[in-house]
Amino acid sequence: MAEHMPVDKTFKLFIGGVFPRSESGRTFQVHSADGDLLANAAQASRKDLREAVRAARSAQAGWADRTAYNRGQVLYRVAEVMESRRAEFTSVLIDMGHSPGDATAEVDRSIDRWVWYAGWADKLHHVLGTVNPVVGPYFNFTFPEPTGVVVVAAPDDPPLLGLLSRIAPVVVSGNTAVVATGGPSTLAAVTLAEVLATSDVPGGVVNILTGEKGELLPWALGHMDVNSVDLTGAPDGLEDEAVAAAADNVKRIVRADPEGASPYMIGDFLEMKTVWHPIGR
Amino acid sequence: MTASTVFVPTKGGGPVSTTPVDAVSLEARAAALCTRSIKTTSKRSALHTTIRCIDLTTLEGTDTPGKVASLCQKAVRPDPANPVIPSVAAVCVYPEMVEHAVAAVAGTGVAVASVAGAFPAGMSAPAVRVADIADAVGRGADEIDIVLNRSAFMSGDLGRAHDEIAAAKEACGAAHLKVILETGELGSYDQVRRASMLAMAAGADFIKTSTGKIPKAATHPMVLNMAEAIRDYADQTGVVVGLKGAGGIRTAKQAWHHLVIVGETLGTEWLTPDLFRLGASSLLNDVLMQIQKLDTGRYSGPDYVTVD
Repeated sequence: MAEHMPVDKTFKLFIGGVFPRSESGRTFQVHSADGDLLANAAQASRKDLREAVRAARSAQAGWADRTAYNRGQVLYRVAEVMESRRAEFTSVLIDMGHSPGDATAEVDRSIDRWVWYAGWADKLHHVLGTVNPVVGPYFNFTFPEPTGVVVVAAPDDPPLLGLLSRIAPVVVSGNTAVVATGGPSTLAAVTLAEVLATSDVPGGVVNILTGEKGELLPWALGHMDVNSVDLTGAPDGLEDEAVAAAADNVKRIVRADPEGASPYMIGDFLEMKTVWHPIGR
Repeated sequence: MTASTVFVPTKGGGPVSTTPVDAVSLEARAAALCTRSIKTTSKRSALHTTIRCIDLTTLEGTDTPGKVASLCQKAVRPDPANPVIPSVAAVCVYPEMVEHAVAAVAGTGVAVASVAGAFPAGMSAPAVRVADIADAVGRGADEIDIVLNRSAFMSGDLGRAHDEIAAAKEACGAAHLKVILETGELGSYDQVRRASMLAMAAGADFIKTSTGKIPKAATHPMVLNMAEAIRDYADQTGVVVGLKGAGGIRTAKQAWHHLVIVGETLGTEWLTPDLFRLGASSLLNDVLMQIQKLDTGRYSGPDYVTVD
């Protein structure tokens, strides 16, 4: 019997729960730290971004309407699937120049990070919300709601931990995400897409675009149906006018520590709603 | 493949015959026409033409006078912030809502279309259906959309299907008659071609793809098929009949592909509200968002158009 012929993966985008090629037909080469060609990946265009935002918008209300407990369970399930793909994530990081020890450590931290954020799903309301003292026979509550569709520029370093640390605080509260990746985080992102596709995350909750972040971000910042843009992983040279365009629909612009983890990072993508409720006496 | 069917038009003129349809070529041609790229000024022109040809439709059991009034306002002035945007061709409502629509669009140039004749199934007694049409006309409808009697048509009683349309045309008086074939229920392109010829011979002013009540509706090959039927009919009789696509047309891109198909098959002189309509509700918002994108250079979103 002939020897098994290796099947190389075709790396594609992840939009609305499926893996399309870029509508532009473009691809780019992903090289290892040593300069070896690892893969050809799809290079997303502004129209792919538009489709991803559309997918994220249509998924958002349904995702936010789930109970916090259920969102936490679904995200925990992602960690379970990642755990079963530890070897693949580790080898991606080794290709990117990590030592085997560093790669294993980053994969462990990434999965732990994701589980940690999954646990916040049904706790963030208590920690970030408040009961406000008011004069008069009323309860007065301030509670968090997801802001909507968030475009995330994934950081290049650390490739996997940074990616997960920026996606998790977005989606845990009921936002949906369009993640722009490129460079060293490309293969980690595409591998994560395969995890998401085989877990219970509804299609459109996380959409992943690979390519040139600098090409996609001005369109994201100007897009009137995007509620927030996380520029943590934005490349240098993003023009001021492009960022200023975000003001037209009052987008939240977020810049954070790519490795950080905090409930207040969830808060960056929340709107606080205050309601008065009669006590009834 | 079946032999061609011959109809004698009620409006006079010689008998007309149907042409057999090559389904593979039809779908290939429709697909080829749908790859056409339309950019910049052509795109803007296509979007404006699309709006001018829309029958803005609400056909829900929950329709109220208030909902119809707001639909009519949107029909007259689709984007209140942009006076360059033209009005749509017509609003399309149930007979019960016609008077409210007539009052709301009076003097604006927007027509009122009403479905009638026991829409959407048409399964009522012929006299009841004719009375329904007469009632809608009496309430002030300018255009009447009826359904083909698919029960008669599918059981081979073409004469009955034909005569009922002729009776409906008579009941319409001065109002325009659009005949809905409900293409998704007819089974084949040949059957649709035959139904198109039958409806035109019986006196339809427009033939229309679908009610919008079943999922398989105004596909591009089906619109091409009906456009070819209209071309055959015009070639054989000299009578010009309009085409209305309805059901499932939700995006501006789908709409301008319909424009391409009709323009290439029947000629660009067909791309006016007198001869071409698109029955739709959510389509209009997508077209408006596309125009906003052209105007601002940024992608728009559903927050910047009305909630339907």
